[in-house]
Amino acid sequence: MSKLIAFAAIQGGYKVVSSVEGAYNQMMESYSADTKVEFPNTGYYLPIIYSLTGLKVEKLEDLRQPLEFAKKLLPPHIKGRHHLPYLGPLLDAGMAAVLSCEIAEALRIVQDPEFYYPYEDPDLENGKKWLGPADDIILRKRGVEFVDGSTSGFAAIVGAASSSAMAKKIIEEYQKRDLYIFCAASHRGTSIIDQLIEEDVQIGWNTRIVPFGPDITSAAFALGFANRVAMSFGGVQPGDYKKNLLYNKERVLAFVNALGDIGTEWGVAAAGCVNWGFPTIANTDIPEILPTGICTYEHVVANVPEEEIVQRSIEVRGLKVQVSEIDIPCAFGPAYEGERVRKGDLHSQMGGGKTQCTELVKMAEMKDIEDKEVKVVGPDVTDIKEGDTLPLGIYVEIAGREFQTDFEPILERQIHHLVNYIQGVMHIGQRDISWVRVSKSAIEKGFTLKDIGIVLHAKMHQDFGKILDKVQVTLYTKKEDVDKLTKTARAEYKQRDERVENMRDEDVETYYSCTLCQSFAPNHVCTISPERTGLCGAYNWMDCRASYEINPTGPNQPIQKGECLDSRLGQWKGVNEFVYKASRGTVDHYNFYSIVHDPMTTCGCCECIASVLPTCNGVMTVNREYAGDTPCGMKFTTLAGVIGGGATTPGFVGHSKFNITQRKFIRGDGPTDKDEGGLLRVVWMPKGLKEEIKDRLDERAKELGVPDFYDKIADETVGTTEEEVLPFLKEKGHPAMELESIVG
Amino acid sequence: MAEEKASKEKKEKFADPAQASADPASQQMIARAQELGIDTAFDRAERLKPCNIGRQGICCKNCSMGPCRLPLPKEGIQGEDTRKGVCGATANTICARNFIRMVAGGAAAHSDHGRGVAEVFLAAARKENDNYKIKDPIKLKIVAEALDVDTTVEVDGEVKDRDIDEIAVETAEAAINEWGKPHGELIYAKRAPKPLYEKWQKLGVVPRNIDREIVEIMHRTHIGVDQDYRNLIKQGSRAAIADGWGGSMLATDLQDILFGAPYPVQAEANLGVMKEDYVNLVLHGHEPILSEMITAAAQSKEMIDYAKSKGAKGIQIGGMCCTGNELLQRHGIPPIGTFLQQELAIITGACDAMIVDVQCIMQNVASVANCFHTKLITTMPIAKMEQENTIHIEFDEDHAMEDAKKIVKMTIDNYENRKAEVMIPNETAIQVAGFGVESIAYHLGGTFRGTYDTLLANVLNGRIRGIAGVVGCNNARTKHNEGHVEVVKELIRNDVLVLSTGCNGIACAMEGLMSPEAAGVYCGPGLQEICETVGIPPVLHVGSCVDNSRILLAATEVANAAGCDICDLPVAGSAPEWMSEKAISIGHYFVCSGVYTVFGVTLPVSGAPVFQDYLFKEFEKLYGGMWDLEVDPIKHAQKMIAHIDQKRKDLGIDKARETLLKDMAESNKLA
Repeated sequence: MSKLIAFAAIQGGYKVVSSVEGAYNQMMESYSADTKVEFPNTGYYLPIIYSLTGLKVEKLEDLRQPLEFAKKLLPPHIKGRHHLPYLGPLLDAGMAAVLSCEIAEALRIVQDPEFYYPYEDPDLENGKKWLGPADDIILRKRGVEFVDGSTSGFAAIVGAASSSAMAKKIIEEYQKRDLYIFCAASHRGTSIIDQLIEEDVQIGWNTRIVPFGPDITSAAFALGFANRVAMSFGGVQPGDYKKNLLYNKERVLAFVNALGDIGTEWGVAAAGCVNWGFPTIANTDIPEILPTGICTYEHVVANVPEEEIVQRSIEVRGLKVQVSEIDIPCAFGPAYEGERVRKGDLHSQMGGGKTQCTELVKMAEMKDIEDKEVKVVGPDVTDIKEGDTLPLGIYVEIAGREFQTDFEPILERQIHHLVNYIQGVMHIGQRDISWVRVSKSAIEKGFTLKDIGIVLHAKMHQDFGKILDKVQVTLYTKKEDVDKLTKTARAEYKQRDERVENMRDEDVETYYSCTLCQSFAPNHVCTISPERTGLCGAYNWMDCRASYEINPTGPNQPIQKGECLDSRLGQWKGVNEFVYKASRGTVDHYNFYSIVHDPMTTCGCCECIASVLPTCNGVMTVNREYAGDTPCGMKFTTLAGVIGGGATTPGFVGHSKFNITQRKFIRGDGPTDKDEGGLLRVVWMPKGLKEEIKDRLDERAKELGVPDFYDKIADETVGTTEEEVLPFLKEKGHPAMELESIVG
Repeated sequence: MAEEKASKEKKEKFADPAQASADPASQQMIARAQELGIDTAFDRAERLKPCNIGRQGICCKNCSMGPCRLPLPKEGIQGEDTRKGVCGATANTICARNFIRMVAGGAAAHSDHGRGVAEVFLAAARKENDNYKIKDPIKLKIVAEALDVDTTVEVDGEVKDRDIDEIAVETAEAAINEWGKPHGELIYAKRAPKPLYEKWQKLGVVPRNIDREIVEIMHRTHIGVDQDYRNLIKQGSRAAIADGWGGSMLATDLQDILFGAPYPVQAEANLGVMKEDYVNLVLHGHEPILSEMITAAAQSKEMIDYAKSKGAKGIQIGGMCCTGNELLQRHGIPPIGTFLQQELAIITGACDAMIVDVQCIMQNVASVANCFHTKLITTMPIAKMEQENTIHIEFDEDHAMEDAKKIVKMTIDNYENRKAEVMIPNETAIQVAGFGVESIAYHLGGTFRGTYDTLLANVLNGRIRGIAGVVGCNNARTKHNEGHVEVVKELIRNDVLVLSTGCNGIACAMEGLMSPEAAGVYCGPGLQEICETVGIPPVLHVGSCVDNSRILLAATEVANAAGCDICDLPVAGSAPEWMSEKAISIGHYFVCSGVYTVFGVTLPVSGAPVFQDYLFKEFEKLYGGMWDLEVDPIKHAQKMIAHIDQKRKDLGIDKARETLLKDMAESNKLA
């Protein structure tokens, strides 16, 4: 049977490669050879070609080399009864086709730059349903989810289901299992994306349903995404094809669903995917390739009924996913976290400036609360008219023998995404500025406010069962109750903030490691101290402590910091020893508080990256949402590529947004006359970031005796080169101008 | 009565064709020879009984006080074994001495072959000989690295590829040095899995160089030197390792560099390949240095045109014995027969010339050729024949092409001398051959994912139960090819993947076991699935007898992928129809590399039970591999399978592995 696949797929390989070559030759006639060829906003060129061969395609003429490479990979056709071995040739043909597909997509973007809509969500009103290659911002943002385990992989779906209802069903099954769904190609003139639009399913990165493109060539975007994950988080070098493909086999748990008639072109693309260890599961009767080897289990599995394809697919890929069955009328899962409730779809809302919406988690005595009790005090959403508002107070009481008041904020922070996980319900903000929007479709399905309580109870037990025994939820919707709760809550927040704020690295003997991203960056290990929060922004010291309590063998391990080797730069013997071991001997020491001297490593999923600006005698930092140029000459994504993967890179350091205003932020590089003045080295950051952290920034600046520091920091409106920034700094009298040279 | 007795004495014994060979083509030709009154090895084996004492390995003729023969008493050894030679040598000493002298003979044959290649390679690398060139630069780099030759240079802090000619010269010099270097140890010993190399170190058997170990055997087996069978066999081990991991491995590697590493090819096999209306040129022996040149000459337009001018349709080259394997794996030239078919090829009456070099050439081919128009051409200064009709054209590497053309022309000129009695059996089979260590890796996963991990994965999950190396000669004392074919069929029926070399390869090809279609006919379901997925036959042809080193390296690849030693793997070795000293050397380096190795027919150790026990049992404790003898092909294969199953059990993979689901926490553990 494999012989038939090989025979057809190799034919398909010739077809794909020669048609791309034809298109390319034609374009070379009508376009100049140095016409720019690029996928938007990426530091990885054409990512499959770059990752596997190391070739950087920037101009039309640069495509010749990868095209020739693909052509050379094409094996002889399979002939006769006494054929030569075909598995190797089949995989090579597949790879030739995949490379050609990426070239075809690059050509399409040259010819029709507007074809793809390079954002997170499509613009359906203007007929822009295909998103094309994800840029590096999306890669970083979504990559973090691969890293922290909120998704395990992706289902690449080509073609269309037998009906749009079936399409919706399959997709929802995958969403429930936390997978991304990457879609390409069509079957009999329709694609699964068309079917989902028909079913009114919200598509886009935010609901994890990614409409890559209309043709089989668009499947290359899925593979390009996977290879970029390997490069940006796994530290795999461009050109190291073996490592990249094995990384994908072991860590990016992806697979292909082929829905519809499989022609030779689909066949060869499927063969291409096998190189990645991504098997194909089809709903049609095609020859199978079962034995293990290149993929973890089977390679091609056929004739799987659509009803069973989800279950069968995850088995074939060897995925273990838990479906959280929660007794509410709406679908539930991370896939719905990014789903929005738009104006036209809105039924009712709470908070968001219209009314007060507050949430609070408090520890309670075991005897005082009832587990699983969810009370709605006041009118429910079903009691009000479309377009109405309600005040809301979400009050969660938790009791448990292992529970501590320190865990309250951690549990409270869960409310945001847990409520968001409900299909048709949107949650924004936190604490006393929360905002809940409920869609008409959720109401139609039977959603009530009580469901919020059911979700919080169930998920908190599921995720934090180790530290809690009872969860009781009260939802207040009467103004007086909400106001009362808000008053209590605000006092609580203040106390909490002070507790965290006053916590010093010197006060604790134990730091925590975070190896959450080691599945993606095997050599990287974060160390988290009270004043050096996790560089991904997701974890502070408290979180790590809680995580350790919950899962003592998990990714957050206590580190006895041991003898202090350098207090100003922040280096400890115990930390070094741990890092050496956990990084498998690649990193033997690093400093917590310096960018110049052996800074801490990053996996590439940091919120911000700081870089030394020698001419300006200071430091710039850039957050991953900012796509523009920066004075260090590199965009965020390029920077992440430079420092990611777990190596110490002097002159660069990854950090969280919050860390900028923490006292010990690059204190080792700050003014020598100040103990903790690293912030004063910051000369540039994007305007958006500056605004986001303004309050805390002002406060810190005041402490450091430069109350107008905010206005002295340059941003992109001042310039994006050191030359443009320097005169501004001089004019404003930026403190860094007076400091000793940063490069020593 | 008296008359009857006299006529019985007169009547010569003839082999029964149906009993002599399992191959229909050979059966026909044996009958044909008998019809023409020409004797063959099959008939001679009927007439000449083997010496029973030599067969047991206990005849010592190492000095003129002997030969001392120490036959086993009929009732076996009762109590103490008091047998002694004149000098007092015990049966164990005599048997061990004889055994390691066989190792020395075999190792010398392979290694001297290798030396010849190394000399040509050095000349080619230095560009002193333009007949030979470096054909496979990729393999050159692999070999260079294995010989500790730098393949990159640092220019201004940047690492760059080193000039390929420079690499070639240094590699050639390093290689040739391995035969007689005065200090150090065999560099290739470190190519073995680390635990194996360390085992050798501990046992003191890491070879110093290739030649020395052979010389030392001759010294130690001289009268009155080494008289402890354990110490004697230790030196045998060192010489065998120097063969498998030295002389043979270098021969293979350097041949691959000069003539190209094998890649899968399709070809026919058996005597039916010969064509009546073509010039039939048979190349017989072992060394591609000769056969490559003759092939190039015979495939040249000039020679083909010349053949046509003589009334032939073209030139049909046929390979015999390991030359057949060499030509097959690199050019897809069909092998026409195994060792025992060499006389039969001439008996077709269509063999216009048989060109021979070294090893396994029966002297009788000259006598058979004398009955036909066939020219029997010897080419090597070390291998001549006394018969008047042989022609000696000494093959000189410096004038290789010239000599080759001369030989081909002589063959063509002989075409018109054919007599009427041409009879070519109409038997051929199709095979796919040409699996080197590198091409196997490629076919397991293509350019991007080709590694032995894939093979290992399927061994672990039980689709492939184990891997067997089945190799070796033919032996006229047993039914031609039956052992080969039956052992291999039983193995693949039980999901054991077979790697084959030498005459076993040709025998399997003739039986159709090397066709991809054989998977569906002969294999167990697991192996069948693998064969169908990869598109390979269940029996992989990995080359000639000198290429058994490929099996060692393939086993090393699997062991390294699994992170263990060769002796931990579910593998076994076999030579069902062995006869040459080379086979003993091969068997012994398999055993010393940790492979359980079963021989068929006989083994010249039965006369010294203590020594035999040492080889069959004690050796496992030392090397992880041991010898065994089993004449019955099915039992022979079953013993191998039992060993494979034991290894699977030891590894904890005796039950087929189930699908293991993985979540993020588990992927984390991978890191």
